Amino acid sequence: MDWLFAPFAEPAMARALAACVALAFGGAPIGVFLVLRRTSLIGDALSHAILPGVAIAFVFAGFSILWMTVGGLLAGLAVALLSAATTRVTALREDASLAAFFIISLALGTLLVATFGTDEELLHILFGQVLAMKEEALLTVAGVATVTMAALAVLYRPLVLECFDPGFLRGAGATGALVHFTFLSLVVLNLISGFQALGTLMAVGLMMLPAITARFWADSAGGQISVAVGLTIAAGFVGLVVSHHAGTPPETTIVLSAGVFYLVSLIAGPRGGIATRIVHLRHLEA
Amino acid sequence: MGAAVRLDNVTFGYRRHPAVHHVSGTFEAGSLTAIAGPNGAGKSTLLKGIAGEMRPLSGEIALNGITRRDIAYLPQIGEIERSFPISVLDMVAMGGWRETGLLGRIGPDILKRAETAIASVGLSGFEARPVGTLSGGQVQRALFARVLVQDARLILLDEPFAAIDSRTTADLFAVLTRWQGEGRTVIAVLHDHEAVREHFPSTLLLARECIAWGPTGEALRPEHLMTARRMCEAFHDDAPVCHVGEGHA
Repeated sequence: MDWLFAPFAEPAMARALAACVALAFGGAPIGVFLVLRRTSLIGDALSHAILPGVAIAFVFAGFSILWMTVGGLLAGLAVALLSAATTRVTALREDASLAAFFIISLALGTLLVATFGTDEELLHILFGQVLAMKEEALLTVAGVATVTMAALAVLYRPLVLECFDPGFLRGAGATGALVHFTFLSLVVLNLISGFQALGTLMAVGLMMLPAITARFWADSAGGQISVAVGLTIAAGFVGLVVSHHAGTPPETTIVLSAGVFYLVSLIAGPRGGIATRIVHLRHLEA
Repeated sequence: MGAAVRLDNVTFGYRRHPAVHHVSGTFEAGSLTAIAGPNGAGKSTLLKGIAGEMRPLSGEIALNGITRRDIAYLPQIGEIERSFPISVLDMVAMGGWRETGLLGRIGPDILKRAETAIASVGLSGFEARPVGTLSGGQVQRALFARVLVQDARLILLDEPFAAIDSRTTADLFAVLTRWQGEGRTVIAVLHDHEAVREHFPSTLLLARECIAWGPTGEALRPEHLMTARRMCEAFHDDAPVCHVGEGHA
């Protein structure tokens, strides 16, 4: 068992695991809601959208956690708002306008970092440095998880209604657009938090893969959230241990661990996995 | 009994093309009224307007002693996302929002009311079932239960019995009659004239404009139905912007 737990005697490994646990409590429930709303790809789009904000902060302030967080948040919210506004005033639908803005964002952000930084710095922003997390980065991740859980506790019912029965939500006097935008803000916030540990490209992986996998293990929204949180922590643990022994990059190994959980669940998951199609259980008898 | 909802020369439309034309009249408080008419007659549009989901292009809807909070509006069943994993009990308990607000905790008293409501629409034993596993008729029963919890004074139903078997329809009509007995005002859009004749004391026959409005037997007379059908056939989407002057009606 030593090879399982001994690696975490190193402070950097322990911090990385702590970050994954915090990411689980913030990102996983957000991911589950994205899946339930049938907007799983929004996370991917918004994770690219934060890049120019992060890049501009990086150009002016270097690897400053605070400024990169603020910059990413502003850029992500700007893209979310711009695409929502474009959908309302032009003929474009939301997926098309969002796609246009996030691609521009990705290109602009990459250009900025590539021009003003080194290739290595670009790689750090895109793929993260989970073993070099500073105190502030860890606090940001924990803070975002706390804010997210508090916000979800308060907004849970409007969020459920906005997916399930938007007409009823309007009848109850709430503005669907406000609920929607608050939710998108939480998505951006959690991507920024994931970015601290895993970089802008990998952050979305740890948010979405466990959330999608959870669908194969639980029926209720609460059940799916619990499973997704557990899977995220497990992916962090497994990914860090494997990368420690195999010498692979920890960020991608963590996301790939979540990917393995997904592939296994795809086959063996009791709620609609492939195995349930092959093994026909006898129907219940009255 | 006074007026619960008064329509004063209201016109609704999409992109300036009127869908419902210069309708005036009164839904009495505590009345049970059907809005009948052919497809495309503007029935759902008028109901949406009364629910406050759409603003009239002209004219006025006056709610008498009723605020938007007192309205329960049940749109056609296709408008809810049935694959969402929510239990019947949770869904019905959301009808308690007037007491809890959208953010407040749903306490034991509301859960108890939800259970009672579920039992009274014949869904006992289904409390923990996800809505996605219910049949169409069972979902409609659950939605009626939510209206029961909501305790609304004005209840608006859009085609509540579409694609629902006769037994469920009969059970839900019993709920409608009970609502009327409790002094609630009920307005339902229905295309089935037989059901309207059997269960609704009064009827508004609509075909873009009001063809007849009054006791059901009177409103659904054959000549009125003929007129309604002719009006809807004559209407087409390229119709000019309403040419009837405001002084008309």
